[in-house]
Amino acid sequence: MDLNSVTEVHCRASLPGWRPGDAWLAGGTWLFSEPQPDVTRLIDLTTLGWPALTVRPEGLEIAATCTIAELAALRCPPEWTAAPLIRQCCEAFLASFKIGSVATVGGNLCAALPAGPMISLAAALDGSCTIWAPDGRRRSISVAELVVGPHRTTLRPGELVRSVHLPAAALTARTAFRQVSLRPLGRSAALLVGRAEPGRLVLVVTAATKRPVALTLSPRPDSAQLRAALEGGVAPELYHDDVHGDPDWRQHLTLTLGEQVRAELVGREAG
Amino acid sequence: MSVDEIRVWPPADADPPPVPGPAAGGVPVVNGTPAPQAPGPGQCLRTYLRDLGWFGVKKGCDSGDCGACTVHVDGLPVHSCLYPAARSAGRRVTTVEGLAGTQATPDGSLHPVQVAVLEGQAFQCGFCTPGLVMTAAALRDDQRADLARALKDNLCRCTGYGSVRRALQPWGAQRGDPVRRPPRAPESADVVTGRASFTLDTSAPPGMVHLRLVRSPHAHARVVSVDASAALAVPGVIGVLTHQDAPPRRYSSARHEIDADDPADTRVLDDVVRHVGQRVAVVVAESVVAAERACRLVAVTYEPLPVVLDPVQALADGAPVVHVGPGGRPNVCAELHGGIGDVDRALAEAAVVHSATYRSQRLDHGALETLACRAWLDDDGRVTVRSSTQTPFLTRRALAAIYDLPPDRVRVVTGRVGGGYGGTQELLIEDVAVLALLVTGRPVQLEYSLQEQFRATPTRHPMAVTVTAGTAADGTLTALRVHVVADTGAYGNHGPGALVHGCSASVAVYRCPNKQVSGYSVYTNNAPAGAFPGDGLGQVIFAVESAIDELALGLGMDPIRFREVNVVRSGDALISYHDGPEELTVGSYGLDQCLRLAAAGLAELPRPEEPEAPAGWEIGDGVALAMIATIPSRGHHSHATVRLTPGGRYEVLVGTAGLGNRATTSYAQLAASVLGVGLDRVDVREGDTDLVEHDTGDDGSTGIVVAGPATVRAAQDLARAIEGAAADLAGVDPARCRLVGDVVRCADDPIPVVLVQRAMQASGIAAEGRGVAGGSPRSVAFNVHAVRVAVDRGTGEIRVLRSVHAVDAGAVLNRQQCRGRIEGGVAQALGAALFEEVRLDAHGGVATGWLREYPLPSMADVPPTRVLFADTCDELGPLGVKSIGQGPYNPVAPAVANAVRAATGIRFTELPLRPDRVWRALAELGDVEGAGDTTGRPRILF
Repeated sequence: MDLNSVTEVHCRASLPGWRPGDAWLAGGTWLFSEPQPDVTRLIDLTTLGWPALTVRPEGLEIAATCTIAELAALRCPPEWTAAPLIRQCCEAFLASFKIGSVATVGGNLCAALPAGPMISLAAALDGSCTIWAPDGRRRSISVAELVVGPHRTTLRPGELVRSVHLPAAALTARTAFRQVSLRPLGRSAALLVGRAEPGRLVLVVTAATKRPVALTLSPRPDSAQLRAALEGGVAPELYHDDVHGDPDWRQHLTLTLGEQVRAELVGREAG
Repeated sequence: MSVDEIRVWPPADADPPPVPGPAAGGVPVVNGTPAPQAPGPGQCLRTYLRDLGWFGVKKGCDSGDCGACTVHVDGLPVHSCLYPAARSAGRRVTTVEGLAGTQATPDGSLHPVQVAVLEGQAFQCGFCTPGLVMTAAALRDDQRADLARALKDNLCRCTGYGSVRRALQPWGAQRGDPVRRPPRAPESADVVTGRASFTLDTSAPPGMVHLRLVRSPHAHARVVSVDASAALAVPGVIGVLTHQDAPPRRYSSARHEIDADDPADTRVLDDVVRHVGQRVAVVVAESVVAAERACRLVAVTYEPLPVVLDPVQALADGAPVVHVGPGGRPNVCAELHGGIGDVDRALAEAAVVHSATYRSQRLDHGALETLACRAWLDDDGRVTVRSSTQTPFLTRRALAAIYDLPPDRVRVVTGRVGGGYGGTQELLIEDVAVLALLVTGRPVQLEYSLQEQFRATPTRHPMAVTVTAGTAADGTLTALRVHVVADTGAYGNHGPGALVHGCSASVAVYRCPNKQVSGYSVYTNNAPAGAFPGDGLGQVIFAVESAIDELALGLGMDPIRFREVNVVRSGDALISYHDGPEELTVGSYGLDQCLRLAAAGLAELPRPEEPEAPAGWEIGDGVALAMIATIPSRGHHSHATVRLTPGGRYEVLVGTAGLGNRATTSYAQLAASVLGVGLDRVDVREGDTDLVEHDTGDDGSTGIVVAGPATVRAAQDLARAIEGAAADLAGVDPARCRLVGDVVRCADDPIPVVLVQRAMQASGIAAEGRGVAGGSPRSVAFNVHAVRVAVDRGTGEIRVLRSVHAVDAGAVLNRQQCRGRIEGGVAQALGAALFEEVRLDAHGGVATGWLREYPLPSMADVPPTRVLFADTCDELGPLGVKSIGQGPYNPVAPAVANAVRAATGIRFTELPLRPDRVWRALAELGDVEGAGDTTGRPRILF
């Protein structure tokens, strides 16, 4: 929709300095989807030419401006056993490929929706975000430290997400993915990913909860241990309540899908 | 680690990213030509393109969810409502208007996708078609193989996606009718190329200003004062209108042939607001931007009044009074009581009794073209309104009455209407637009956003329907009691109609000696309800058809067999709640066939396109039936004119608005068959109060059965005129002359029509015929839906595996379009059965204001539906035809609920059957032993 209060569009390079009313523009698919009455200037990050994806021995660097389509098309090194998860998360959007060719990974992180699939991906693969502050300082925080609630991040005014880094240790783990929504191909009501690494199993709950929750378990937990971890690690009030699913259902889905993830990664015999 | 180098993706040798020049003020190349002006800074690409005159780019949801605005930017399909227009600078933009000119078809003919959509008639209203075409044209082969995923955000409210699926199978795989290609809807080529003109798809009248509305935050309050000084100070603001500027006259926003059928409880702007979102003031400004800014600055002082949100509480003594109803009782908009026989005795003697209260939710129409109108004075000073109304003549009548204008000083025209579904059988925006026009003298435009449409336009009436029914041991239905409490909200538009209509055919379809019906349509301070597909029937049928299923299961009898035993037969009187004569007759009877077809459809072996049940899910079949009058009661009139144009073509003039394909095509077909010419020689003009004398409108599915006969009569009248003139020319008895295509056979002498026409011109005889139809007596149509579902006990998810719809619509004039209409109704109803729900907040205001919160079914939500036709021919409808319209909607939700009952043993009494609620019921009520038990007593979810 038209953002009628906007009077200027800038590249970051041409900007005199951050002021209230400025908004970072990446794909624009969230910014232009809701009224933004307080936004007066857009600063277009896509003009900066950040390389979308950089594959390094230590992992994958995803620029905030990398589109979902670019990420989905990435040819991963063969030892990245978690590669299928990238596609699974890119296909977990409520929106279609048309939005995916414009929407960005950074935009999805900063929109901070419980069902944001890039939040799921980054949280599931132990991602850390590089934050740029207006004074030139940089800091690195985990996705769980960035996204703290529906539409709530810990970004301070003028800060932006430059990139998200997925470490090789996570990319070379085995993963299992489960997603349920009210409708086929609908918005996720619960999206769970398990990551089996040497020495531990990490279960990441998104969509069902107001913010991503990562639980670290023993490498071969049984059903009871998993259930205890979920019940202890996710308080009932943390389950999200909106039109896309009632919270008690999301809690039930979390336990059900969590068990499925555990069984896939550990094997049923351990249950 | 074998990652031995740093790789950057996309590779550096790929095309460098185009350098967008938002700050440089560059322009895009649109459909091959550089745009003449640069985009605005906060503008989205859709607005920019429409401002340039590319009206094929539709404004639907405006939030990226519906896909109607899809265009290509550098070859990639994007939703132009989300795309910053400034970013398009220096890029190639292709809209649907430019698609045919791209490389795929260098000769400028249609793109293969446009051909496929046109040949497959994969549209009805056509509003979503440009976006669908642009998306489909950009699909890769692998995407085409999974259309439901690729088209998940190309929403179509009309077709149910059946025709879209068939049309978009890999190009060349479509197979038309080998014998005869079905008639195409007029305007088909315009629809697929984006030239079809919807309400706002024309240039604005010079000097046009824009309206935005200030709305009430209170559920019930008196407007004490309105301070507009800050708003008036905003540059570009022309005026702020309040109740003090509005005429005092009250009317109903509902549009019916008889105005008195709805309570006159509404003012253009009232000094009392009765629901959250009610309009309080109108800001008139030079631009939408200024009007929106000013709206936020209008300071209204309210005196809050007591609020009642629950319809049962509203009926209690001492409840806050929203309105005193027409019968003199507080908060009773309408009531009905009646019956035959002795229900109590019959229940006492019954072998099986079922009683439960069934709740149907509030629903939105989901039309993608939002309400919009323009009003201006024509050269003659006449008030002219172009609007998305379904009832141009009734809108004109209301506007004339409200503003004390002679009816001939008001003209209402429509463009193509982008989805109506009853939502525009109301006077919702034209009244304020004309107020602003009369006060300011400037041409005005009022366009609702989809959010505004969700929050501030009428919904379906939520109803609580208590059914108590009993059957004898031999399977004879002996008692049927129905008690309805409908929430009409803050205004009574369509309140009486939905109650009376809802209790009529739903009860009359069963032979039963003891029937009792009572019902109330209740005023509350909730958002108002209004006209909706099914007109009240869907809610009552959900209850009755669930109860009938329980009786059958209680007897251990097959539910289809139980229905066969108890439904009305040909020749039966139709009795709902009073034993009196109705002018409703069974003009053709195909319900028995429909039940058999549905049963056969369920018994068939799975087809390859049918989804398989996931392992471990429970399977169940369900059936429900629905009868519906082919024409609404209490008057429905159409006038039609057919004329021979100087160019030798025939022109049909009717008063209905262009809502879809079927009615419009049928007018052309009916006229062509009377005149003996091909369909390509007939043009249809509709949607203009200047065309004919009167038309009630194309609501209640009536186009084909009311305007249709009027068209037939007008064509016959014209044929007689031509034959008469030919008789004069030949000097023979007119009785010996007969118009057959391009000649009149006078005795044995064929005289070319061209010569007759010249003679008529010379002697000043108009080559014109007129016809009128009155919509009475009325017939009934039958719909039976059969469905197979799979239910996952673990998550509560439901998948529809099979959907079969049998219909008795009389003679089938155009199988392709009938099928499309039915698939569309089924899809809407599946949305209502499974997930659609308008939620209210704690103050009775609508909380689900976005498509993301009120999802419409996408292709992934709707399985293919097999459509089966009963073989009947109606004695009342034109050429034996009956209306289809809203009929297919009504049996679907109870069929799904019956199937879920069969799968899980649980009777669900509340819609929608969302997975979270289904799971909760299964967890609370379902035990493992009872799983799949369809014969025992049900566990009822209240």
